[in-house]
Amino acid sequence: MAIEVNGKTIETDEEDYLVNLSDWTKEIAEVLAKQDELELTEQHWQIINYLRDYYEEYQIAPAVRVLTKAIGKKFGKDKGNSKYLYTLFPYGPGKQACRFAGLPKPTGCI
Amino acid sequence: MEEDEEIIKKFLYVNRKAPYGTVYALESLEVVLIGAAFDQDVSLAFIDDGVYQLKKDQNTSVDAGAGMKNFSKTYRALEAYDVEKLYVDKKSMDERGLSVDDLLVDVEILDEAKMAEMMGQQDVVLSF
Amino acid sequence: MLHTVNKSPFEKNSLETCLRLASAGNAVLLFEDGVYGAVKGTRFEPTVSNALSNNKIYVLVSDLEARGMNKDNVIDGVETVDYAGFVDLVADNKSVQAWL
Repeated sequence: MAIEVNGKTIETDEEDYLVNLSDWTKEIAEVLAKQDELELTEQHWQIINYLRDYYEEYQIAPAVRVLTKAIGKKFGKDKGNSKYLYTLFPYGPGKQACRFAGLPKPTGCI
Repeated sequence: MEEDEEIIKKFLYVNRKAPYGTVYALESLEVVLIGAAFDQDVSLAFIDDGVYQLKKDQNTSVDAGAGMKNFSKTYRALEAYDVEKLYVDKKSMDERGLSVDDLLVDVEILDEAKMAEMMGQQDVVLSF
Repeated sequence: MLHTVNKSPFEKNSLETCLRLASAGNAVLLFEDGVYGAVKGTRFEPTVSNALSNNKIYVLVSDLEARGMNKDNVIDGVETVDYAGFVDLVADNKSVQAWL
């Protein structure tokens, strides 16, 4: 599988996650979001950027429970809850946000 | 699930292989992370070459040459997964010329008697 | 608690680490290439003989025979078991630690 971004072909797996994490660009996140009929706002980017930083530091995509807690700690209680995160990412903050962020599917996602 | 029906078991993951040379260390870590979703009482033991998994300053980047994922960084994420009991066998660490300052996470160093006691308290032991 | 060792002591330190960290009263079963640790006359015999004062040590007889040995080659005090005995050991102990 693959997606087209700015005339470049980017390889993806059968669940639309990037095959090479180093391929990631902001444009790719926007294309993937558009496929899911989402327009990325600043609130989305806050989570996507956090996920990218988390991956850089720990080399894993966090489980939803871990992400939710960490977001709450960093950005406040009003954001560190499932309702907020699912409003932003209706297919799940783990699966969908990680996909936009160019990360693998979260470890512990069953 | 009803609260009073939940059974919390003690799980011990025993790590005795160096990282990278075989897939054991990474597999163990992945099982620990997946298992963390089940809210059990988890401990990790690092024995023999397993101590090398926790060595600081691992650099596996393409520039450094190995070009592999540096999963040693992931041990630092374990605390957020409520995996907080990391035990290192003192003799294994000493034999390898390592001290706690060489390790990338906080661990508890156990002598033989303490390690044996801790193992005996477990319900399930998974070896890697 | 039951400890199992399936590697030759000449190839891996699994047997040595197992005997070092097994609590007194724990059972140890040697099988597959681990059976070489149960054999008389190797450089590991003193280690295994010493351990017998703290632990019961068993060896799987079919894995011994597969390797050209039998009960007579086993260190005094080490007990031979068949597959049914192996199953009993697993069933009788609260947990099993495999020393790979």
